[in-house]
Order: sequence, then C-alpha cells, then structure tokens
Amino acid sequence: MVIEADVLKSIPYFHGLSSEELEAVRARVFEQVVDRNDMVILEDEPAQAVYFVVSGAIKVFKTSIEGKEQVLCVVRPGESFNDVAVFDGGPNPASAVAMTPTRLYVISKKDVEKLLREDSIIATNVIGVLARKVRHFVSLVEDLSFRHVTGRLAKLLLEYAGDHEWAGTESTSKPKLTQQEMAAMVGTAREVVGRSLKALEEEGAIRMDRHRIVVTNKKILERMSGVPAA
Amino acid sequence: MLSMPVVDALLCNGCGLCLTVCDCEAFVFVGNVVQVIESPDCGYCTDCESICPTGAIHCPFEVVIEENYEISIE
Repeated sequence: MVIEADVLKSIPYFHGLSSEELEAVRARVFEQVVDRNDMVILEDEPAQAVYFVVSGAIKVFKTSIEGKEQVLCVVRPGESFNDVAVFDGGPNPASAVAMTPTRLYVISKKDVEKLLREDSIIATNVIGVLARKVRHFVSLVEDLSFRHVTGRLAKLLLEYAGDHEWAGTESTSKPKLTQQEMAAMVGTAREVVGRSLKALEEEGAIRMDRHRIVVTNKKILERMSGVPAA
Repeated sequence: MLSMPVVDALLCNGCGLCLTVCDCEAFVFVGNVVQVIESPDCGYCTDCESICPTGAIHCPFEVVIEENYEISIE
C-alpha cells in the first residue's frame, strides 16, 4: 500500500506543506481499507488514531440506550474524524461505520502529537479544521432542541398532506419533498429530519412507504405539531 | 413506473460515492456523471442523497393521507 503525497496534500490538515514536510507526514501514515458496514471506531473506547477518508464515506454517530441513532456527520474524501479524542486524550466520543467500501489514511495519536510539535503549519491547519467542526456541532446542538423540530416537521407534513390546496389533484402535480428540503423548511439539518421522521413513525402518526410518507393518524400528527384538531 | 432517486447532472461531480453506497446498483456512470436506472430492489433508503457531496441526488417524498383514513376513524 503506497501512501500518495497528492492525496495527503488534498487533506486540510496538510495544506501548504513543502515536499519535505509532506514526506515527514507520509512516513507516519498507514492505510486501512474497510468494507461497507464495518465499524471503524466504537464510542467510549480509548482513542488510538485520527482517520482521514481517502475514498468512500464514513458515518459518525451516537447511539442512545434505547438504540436510537443520531448521525453527527458524514465524513467524505479529504475529511477527518476522531480528531477530538486524539487531542483531548479522552475516549472516542462517537462511533464510526463505513457507509461504502472505504480507504482510510490513519495516523496514530502519538504521531499526530509529534507532527503538531514539529510543524506549526499543521498545528494552524488543525485549529482551522477543529474550528469548522465546532461550528458544525454548534449548529447541530441548536437543531437538537429535538421535540421542537419534530413538532415543526409534523406541521409541515400536515400542510403537505391531503387537505392542502392541491388535495385531489393528480399525483404527479402534487409537490414532493426531499429530506433536504424538509430540513430547510423547518430550519434544521437533514440528519435531524431522518430521526424526526422515525420518531413520528414510532408514535404511529406516519408510515414510511418507500417514496411516500403516509399520514396514518392525523390526530396524533396534529397533537405533535401543536395545531388544534379541526 | 417506479419512483427512483433523481440526479441533477449539472451538479454531479462524478465522485461515484452513490455507486458505492447503493445496494441495488441503481446508479451507472454515463460519461463523467451518474444516471439512475430503475431497480425493483431500490428500497428508497436515501443513503445516496445523504452521501452526495454536491447535493446532486434527490429522493423526493410524496406526503399523503392514508387511504380510507376518514372511514377508519369513524
């Protein structure tokens, strides 16, 4: 397995490094290849390394005691995960699973610390990466005033369901919504919409039927939306 | 016709992540961009939409009231 300098250069941690500096990084990187659904790290286990996605994608998530999953982010080529645990010395804050066959570059915790000490450009780049992550998670925390989002989503579904202005029109002319659009309309992240739809399904308000969201109990949906029943 | 995810060819950057995440082989490369082919195995998991870095893939949902809902609650 050859660690490619061009790939390293495209990773934000290593932007702006000279050939010599990149070589010093390359000497400390090893490659890991995982299949779809392979767990890469487990929440609460000791942090061993920081991971960079070369190809494929990784889902970083937390699971509640009841088994509910909250996706924190999808990590795509060029991006990193498990940085926080490597820098604060704590355990892995979340689990990570491969969404596709994925190629990773990995640098051990000890080597990352050495690189930071030796190269101020890397240290500055890492601050930038962590700052962007903090911004992302601040936004997610805002969204996870969770009950509120579920209520807003319930209201949106009521508006788009049968008794709206396009009720009775041809199926093809009825507007359709992607989860991204629903997220934009209720002011949240797509990840939160997926979880909110599951919550509505568990409450018996809706049923996910492939490309359809079927309102199975309008009264429950109205209650959850805070809209008084007609 | 089966409802399938939709690809906006203008936004597709040809990264191929959708091909790798899709279990039912509903995506194929045509030139430098992906196209969707109808697959009866597509369960509309929306993984392709969530993985797409450019927002080129859409999985639109229709929102409908359960048939016979009004009758069933009477």
